[in-house]
Amino acid sequence: MNAAPGRSGTELNGSTSAVPVISLKEAHKIYRTGEIEVHALRGVSLEVRRGEFVAVMGPSGSGKSTMMNIIGCLDRLTSGAYILDGVDVSTMSKNNLADTRNTKIGFVFQSFNLIPRTSALANVELPMVYAGLAPAERRERARQALESVGLGEKAASLPNQLSGGQQQRVALARALASNPAMILADEPTGALDTTTANEIMNIFQNLNKERGMTIVIVTHEADIALHALRLVRFRDGLIQEDRPILPEDDILTLQHPLEAAHS
Amino acid sequence: MRLLDIQKMAIHALGKNKIQTALTMLGIVIGVGAVIAMVSLGQGASKLVQEQVAGLGVNVLQIQGGGGNYQGGGGARQAADQGQSLTSDDVDAIRNLPTIALATPIAQAQGQFVFGNQNWQTRVEGSNEDYVEIRAYKIAQGEFFKADDVRTASRVVVLGKTVADTLFQGADPIGQTIRIRNLPYQVVGVLAAKGQSAQGQDQDDTALMPYTTVQKKMVNSALPRINRIVVSAVSAKATSAAKDQITGLLRERHGIRTGQQDDFRVNNITEAAETAENTARVMTYLLGSIAAVSLLVGGIGIMNIMLVSVTERTREIGIRMAIGSRGSYIRLQFLAESVILCMLGGLIGVAVGVGLSFGIAWYMEWPSYISPQAAGIAFLFSAVTGIFFGYYPAHKAASMDPIEALRYE
Repeated sequence: MNAAPGRSGTELNGSTSAVPVISLKEAHKIYRTGEIEVHALRGVSLEVRRGEFVAVMGPSGSGKSTMMNIIGCLDRLTSGAYILDGVDVSTMSKNNLADTRNTKIGFVFQSFNLIPRTSALANVELPMVYAGLAPAERRERARQALESVGLGEKAASLPNQLSGGQQQRVALARALASNPAMILADEPTGALDTTTANEIMNIFQNLNKERGMTIVIVTHEADIALHALRLVRFRDGLIQEDRPILPEDDILTLQHPLEAAHS
Repeated sequence: MRLLDIQKMAIHALGKNKIQTALTMLGIVIGVGAVIAMVSLGQGASKLVQEQVAGLGVNVLQIQGGGGNYQGGGGARQAADQGQSLTSDDVDAIRNLPTIALATPIAQAQGQFVFGNQNWQTRVEGSNEDYVEIRAYKIAQGEFFKADDVRTASRVVVLGKTVADTLFQGADPIGQTIRIRNLPYQVVGVLAAKGQSAQGQDQDDTALMPYTTVQKKMVNSALPRINRIVVSAVSAKATSAAKDQITGLLRERHGIRTGQQDDFRVNNITEAAETAENTARVMTYLLGSIAAVSLLVGGIGIMNIMLVSVTERTREIGIRMAIGSRGSYIRLQFLAESVILCMLGGLIGVAVGVGLSFGIAWYMEWPSYISPQAAGIAFLFSAVTGIFFGYYPAHKAASMDPIEALRYE
């Protein structure tokens, strides 16, 4: 149950920063629904530095989704501290949390979550609309972001005119466009076939390698986790394993014995 | 976030589902249109009554001879206006009542007016010189006849617009001589046009003369006949008191005992007109309120659709919140949607209402009167409806939990 000291990917990229992007200290989260009390996080401490590429694994109910909501500023801790990019967000108001999500976090979801019947460009622009950027500037940045994921010519397309892989790339562009401190991806390949999934993962890898983007990805597929540089495994609301992913790792070594038995 | 972006977002969202938007808007269109049409209709009716009142003259009462107890001979009763119970002494007595400002006898006749090769059959009203003031006639050309003309029964005539136009075909009638029953009459004045009365009668198809002239030259009767007396009370309030005083005075003068019926009839035209105007006003309020209910129903329709829309778009709201929209932006967006919906509906409603008002006015042959206040208030009310009925759905959207909203299928 002991977490291995994390050798961060930042050292590989050589872009170490003194301030960690994510710093969770003794994080507890308790959900109450009537009489029932669920202790989803039981004292999690985690540090993610700039430029790291972390894969979060664990069975359902292990607390990994709760932690994603916490570090994504969608939810608040019951106790403990969360410092995001040097700013303590544990006591922030709802509005400040929204602003933090807007500027510091780029979300990528399993089901793409684009706004329907709205062009790819407008979707990518949306976070910058909420940030109050001038139309010309945000349009330019949205265009660049779409080009960086190879969809420059699909700017006017509506989500339902795009394939799953293309939609996920638009979502990635949306996450990138506001230049966040990190990208938070929740099962980003869960709805894609293997080939497209690999394409998307390659984009993530490139972003991490070339632009030093900090990426946290939640997955329960070992082959997806293999693209990352560090593995954090949750179990029963605690971090069970935290180690770098090495070149000699493969699907079998990443698969947890218990989870392997399930699948 | 910029205000303009909220507007754009709302318009974009409304444009995504055009049929739903149009149908929702229809409720407001009908509501606003109905309010404007109904209020305009009511005010048009009011205005019509007002015009008629103004056409009748100043605080006018009319006393008709005959009817009631008066027996025109052989025990046969006669309709009002046909009897000869009124005399010019009655007129003088009435004039001395404290509530009466002016009074004139009216002697009526018909005549064939001839000028050159033109001729025209019209009704002639004989009165004294005060009639022009009592009826608030305006003189377009020339002048009204004078007290001297009445005393000497001179053959002077003031023509209504229709008569003057027909006989003179645009030439100047003042000072010209026309012939009626082979007697020459001098045209001294022409009345300004009054248009049609409420009964569709051409009020300009008339001619005025001294009543003495009508009695002596136009009516072949041994008795100097007075058809009715028209009086002007000192004020609108005094008209009812004037009616009582005239009734008392004439009963006494005509020797009618208690229990016996009057041989005359006093009509308080001003009072009748006021009643009609009040009725029109009440109708305006009534129609307006019924229409306002339809606007309310439209508003509830908006709320219903907005609530459905918020539920339908739960996931979208979750996405927006996740990528950094504050709750207040979500609230503003939904509020903007309902307000834009209502204001657009309101604008179309104003157009529909104005069109409807003109249509109804044209069909009823009423003066078309569009109430700018009604249009303004109805439009404003539609905007308020948008805010009032849009707030709850918008608030519901804004207070969603992003995590749950994102999970919504």
